[in-house]
Amino acid sequence: MPFWQRVLGLRPPGPVITIRRHAVVTRIAHWVNALCILILLMSGLQIFNAHPALYVGKSSDFDHPVLALTSWEGPDGLRGFTWIGQHRIDTTGLLGVSDVDGVATPRGFPAWATLPGPQWLAMGRLWHFAAAWLFAVNGILFALWAIGRGHFRHDLLPTRADFKALPHTFVEHLKLRFPEGDAARHYNSLQKLSYVLVIFGLGPLVLLTGLTMSPTMDAAFPQLLWLFGGRQTARTIHFLCAFSFFGFFLIHIVMVVLSGAWNNLKSMITGRYVIGDCHGD
Amino acid sequence: MATDRSLARRRFLARIGAAGAALSLSGCTRLSQKPWVGDLLAEVEKLTRRAQRLFAGGHALAPEYSEADIAPAFRANGTLDPATTEYDAHAASGFADWRVTVSGLVEHPLSLSLAELRALPSRTQITRHDCVEGWSCIGKWTGVPLAHVLAMGGVKPEARYVVFRCADNMAPAGAPPQFYYESLDLLEATHPQTILAYKMNNSPLTIKHGAPVRLRAERQLGYKMAKYINGIELVADLSGIAGGRGGYWEDQGYSWYAGI
Repeated sequence: MPFWQRVLGLRPPGPVITIRRHAVVTRIAHWVNALCILILLMSGLQIFNAHPALYVGKSSDFDHPVLALTSWEGPDGLRGFTWIGQHRIDTTGLLGVSDVDGVATPRGFPAWATLPGPQWLAMGRLWHFAAAWLFAVNGILFALWAIGRGHFRHDLLPTRADFKALPHTFVEHLKLRFPEGDAARHYNSLQKLSYVLVIFGLGPLVLLTGLTMSPTMDAAFPQLLWLFGGRQTARTIHFLCAFSFFGFFLIHIVMVVLSGAWNNLKSMITGRYVIGDCHGD
Repeated sequence: MATDRSLARRRFLARIGAAGAALSLSGCTRLSQKPWVGDLLAEVEKLTRRAQRLFAGGHALAPEYSEADIAPAFRANGTLDPATTEYDAHAASGFADWRVTVSGLVEHPLSLSLAELRALPSRTQITRHDCVEGWSCIGKWTGVPLAHVLAMGGVKPEARYVVFRCADNMAPAGAPPQFYYESLDLLEATHPQTILAYKMNNSPLTIKHGAPVRLRAERQLGYKMAKYINGIELVADLSGIAGGRGGYWEDQGYSWYAGI
């Protein structure tokens, strides 16, 4: 199939069959999750902007952040810097200093990336915790359903054959060649691995590191602090998790588009997915 | 009753729908400015409080640390010096005439001097201070458990909240004074680590850290821990005080429950 046709996700030439790709639970959980992650990422950046620096340990060693977004009034105006350890990068316009209503302003992340746009920590927190509840409940219900109804074992858990096929699948993905026909009936090894890691690894990790930042949760479960190496380390891991989600989201969108935007999008709404019928001829 | 509920449900669903429809970047900012959005999101605060109380109860202690963990430079936030004529006079005299009153719904209203507070049973704890902004500092605090002071006053059964009155004026120059205040419910107020601290790292509190008396409520965020305390008032509800949301920052939109 020509590349552009596949990208558009139009019907492949020749006979096709429509399979039921996603259960209704998967579809609902997917879109609830997508909405939650968008709100969580943007409100999370709003919260981060209140103190745009990350540390390792129990408390904040203000002189030694592992990451910091700072601003500095120099001879050529306000400059924004991103510090990774002692390494300084000028990121004026994006990180450290960015335009708010046309005026260069000291800010961690720019206004277009935060929820709400203006500096408003109290409201950012309200959005973040509301979305966090929905994200957690939705994620836990989906995980229980997936395990209970066999979706996890049958469709998501990579098999030994999947692991063997992993290098090949990886190279095929880099060449933008995706499984077709019968092979497209199931998730491929890369999909399985990334979905399992995100749903059963990154999801719980982001939740637990988030809870570790709560002083009341630390009183109830001091083990959390031990597990993550202190509140500030937990905050740093939480931030890394957020960017892992962002990275997953970007690759996910690219893959969805390249492997058939319309067919993929439709299947996540109606559940039905069209594949070429290799046995039809 | 049933129609009321279905109407409320319809309104709720309509709002969820409106929220979804308006979910664009500027939409979210605009949404945030609508009072009902704040109210809806604030409902979540109650859920969070109930869930955290379920796990932490009234007794789970905040982690305590060792001397080696104490921050060499503990950051101070909020008011760093009340700088009123009255406060400056107190500071100049070493707070010899400072009083902390206990009033409101108590059997025996009290007025305690610093010397009297220091003579009461004390607790020393090395704890982590978590600012709502995200940073943490570890410090050592000595003070009298608030539960002890409340017991001396005799809390009346109808009292539900403890309000802390402070000497720092938050209003801009020229405006009517608006003193910092905070509040805790009785469960958090009587927690063993909730103390009226008068010492930090073995020395009397410095002005930037709330001299002469500040609150430590170790399972809460920093803004709950009022500095420059001169009054403790027991009340049945918070709606009649200042903005009615239970604290200076709460009146600016921050959550009253600050366990997360």
